Amino acid sequence: MVTSVTPSQTRTTGPRGDAGAGRPTRKQARSGGARNLRARTYSYWFYAPAAVIYGLIFLVPTVIAFYYSLTRWTLFDSEFIGLDNFRQFFSEQSLVSGLKNTLIYAVLTSGLKVVLGMLFAVLLTGPIRSRGLLRSVVFFPVLVSTVAVGITFSVLLQPDFGLVATVLSKVGITSPDWLGDPSLALLSVALVDVWKGVGLATLIYIAGILAIPKDYYEAVDVDGGSAWTKFRNITLPLARPATFTVILLSLIGGLRSFDLIWTMTGGGPGFSSDVIASVIYKQYQAGFYGLATAGNVVLFVMVSLIIFPLFRYFNSKEVES
Amino acid sequence: MKISRSKFAATVVAATAVVSLAACGGGGDAASSGKTTITLLTDNAETTVKPAKAIAEAFEKANPTITVKLESRPGGADGDNLVKTKLSTGDMADVFWYNSGSLLQALSPEKNLVDLTGDAALKDTDPAFLPTVTQNGKVYGAPVGTVMGGGILYNKEVYSKLGLSVPKTWAEFESNSDKIKAAGLTAVVGSFKDTWTSQLFVLGDFHNVASANPSFAADYTANKVKYATDPTAVKGFEKTAEAKARGWLNKSAGSTTFDQGMKLLASGKAGQYPLLTFPVGTLSKADAAKIGFFGIPGDDASKNGATIWPGNGQYIPKTSKNIDAAKKFIAFVASPAGSEVYSSAAPPTGPYMVTGSKVPADAPPVAQDLQAYIDAKATTPALEFLSPVKGPSLEQITVAVETGQTSGKDGAAQYDADVTKQAKQLGLPGW
Repeated sequence: MVTSVTPSQTRTTGPRGDAGAGRPTRKQARSGGARNLRARTYSYWFYAPAAVIYGLIFLVPTVIAFYYSLTRWTLFDSEFIGLDNFRQFFSEQSLVSGLKNTLIYAVLTSGLKVVLGMLFAVLLTGPIRSRGLLRSVVFFPVLVSTVAVGITFSVLLQPDFGLVATVLSKVGITSPDWLGDPSLALLSVALVDVWKGVGLATLIYIAGILAIPKDYYEAVDVDGGSAWTKFRNITLPLARPATFTVILLSLIGGLRSFDLIWTMTGGGPGFSSDVIASVIYKQYQAGFYGLATAGNVVLFVMVSLIIFPLFRYFNSKEVES
Repeated sequence: MKISRSKFAATVVAATAVVSLAACGGGGDAASSGKTTITLLTDNAETTVKPAKAIAEAFEKANPTITVKLESRPGGADGDNLVKTKLSTGDMADVFWYNSGSLLQALSPEKNLVDLTGDAALKDTDPAFLPTVTQNGKVYGAPVGTVMGGGILYNKEVYSKLGLSVPKTWAEFESNSDKIKAAGLTAVVGSFKDTWTSQLFVLGDFHNVASANPSFAADYTANKVKYATDPTAVKGFEKTAEAKARGWLNKSAGSTTFDQGMKLLASGKAGQYPLLTFPVGTLSKADAAKIGFFGIPGDDASKNGATIWPGNGQYIPKTSKNIDAAKKFIAFVASPAGSEVYSSAAPPTGPYMVTGSKVPADAPPVAQDLQAYIDAKATTPALEFLSPVKGPSLEQITVAVETGQTSGKDGAAQYDADVTKQAKQLGLPGW
């Protein structure tokens, strides 16, 4: 979603501004002769490379995807079957639990990232030693490949000889089967996701907090307010833009999350940690390319329906504050 | 202005030409040097790569003008995808080793593969293999590797220590399992981290289904019988559920991988493991000697038998530029000499589908056990070799059943729905 929002935005600000200027020139050129026209339109060539690439790898596939979602497609040939794929996709037995899991996963990871990110940011903007080092340490997991994180944690969370189980048994706790127990698997993956993603949330919050003018804090000091007052009445409200950014980014990330879940549980055991993206991927894996494409269209619409209203709401709020 | 624009156009044209030239450069023209190079694509399992290497070397020695280049791909559903993509883009190796049966049917063999009907390359092929690589009366593949059995691998030492004998009926299997559990061992290994291993109670039970209803496969393809409503077919799912309900499974079955499962079985910490026979080939000789095989028992001891997987095929894509060399290669693999080379690199876990080749005397016990079933004519090919209809979600469904999330009956119904989806996506008649 982020990617599709950004290009369309740049398109509306960039080329459109120029297209507005370009149209009257074209009219002028028509009366002014061919040479003039060439001179006035040559600048379009600078758009050509970007436009061709954008068209080829974004626009064309998107349009084609909408067509293929209406076909029975084996990669070798396709046959138009109307809306059957959508009918089939909506009757998919794991779809309902997948939807539920997607929402749980998105809300849980997003919520934890907001809370923990804020706490870490307050800590790391405070007067503590080796702040720079600690900031990098929090951010480090963000830089590691998700698949590597998934594989590593699958090993760490192994219930018989994994590191987590070994440490827990030292303090007398029997480790549950983190990824093998159907009721725990999704939560375990969500926690790993938070570990991996909280660094980015922290970074955004640090930037947000550092942007708050010192005067407000000094004002609280003068009035004799406590650290809590500073946090409650200054940091929290004035870091609101950061909060919105974190919620939006992590919610989008959570809704389309796939790689971590796939490497850690494969949607299992059974269907217990399936999310929309993994349900779709399994259709693709099974060779149901038309059906998988229909699933992607559904995912696209769903994410748009959730994110756009949220985006507008946050934007309107930002103007008020 | 004019100059710069034509320059721009020329650059674009030049760039396009370079790209397309580079794309063409990929095709190998080794023929000019008098030597032909063929490529061979196999899955990346150790039990495949090792014999593939050995066979390629032996073949090169026998045919000095041909070089074989090995490529490997992932197994499972990712591998299926890769094979389909390579075929559809015309990028397939000259020879590829791939499943026979329903998975082959999904490759549109008529369109993509070289027709081998009556070809000299198949002269040593056991005729019993042909139905699994035939579509509309045309043969597209030659056999590679051994027949696999699908049923229960058991630890012979555990069995003899507890005084158990190989069960002929499900009731005997139940009492064996309870005794193993009572001895403090894992009765049945579950390894749900590798989901495919959970399907064996269902897929391996097919011999019992077919002996109760010989026309099941045909009726199944024609959408006349269903797993949930056929009284024998549903039992496979109920057996799956029983493993959890009676506490036979290992404690951390949900996180156990198939490698770890094999270790549990070989070490004697577990007694039985529903699986295919091929993993025994990855064990050390001493460990492999401890492990035996029996088919999933049914209700009737007199009809006791095993479900078999007739082995993989080798195929030549129509896009191959070295079809003659490729045919020579597959003929070598599917010959008694080729089978011997294969056995030298990976201990055979079953007989070969090649006329005139015998299971070597020092092969692991599972191969002998499987041979005994075949000699007694008490085997049935797995359903996926008799019918193109196989639902893609069976492994998730059986995991859900074997972890107690779904009942056996519900699992069977879910699988029926999954199968309907597959049939519709394949556009099969009658669905």
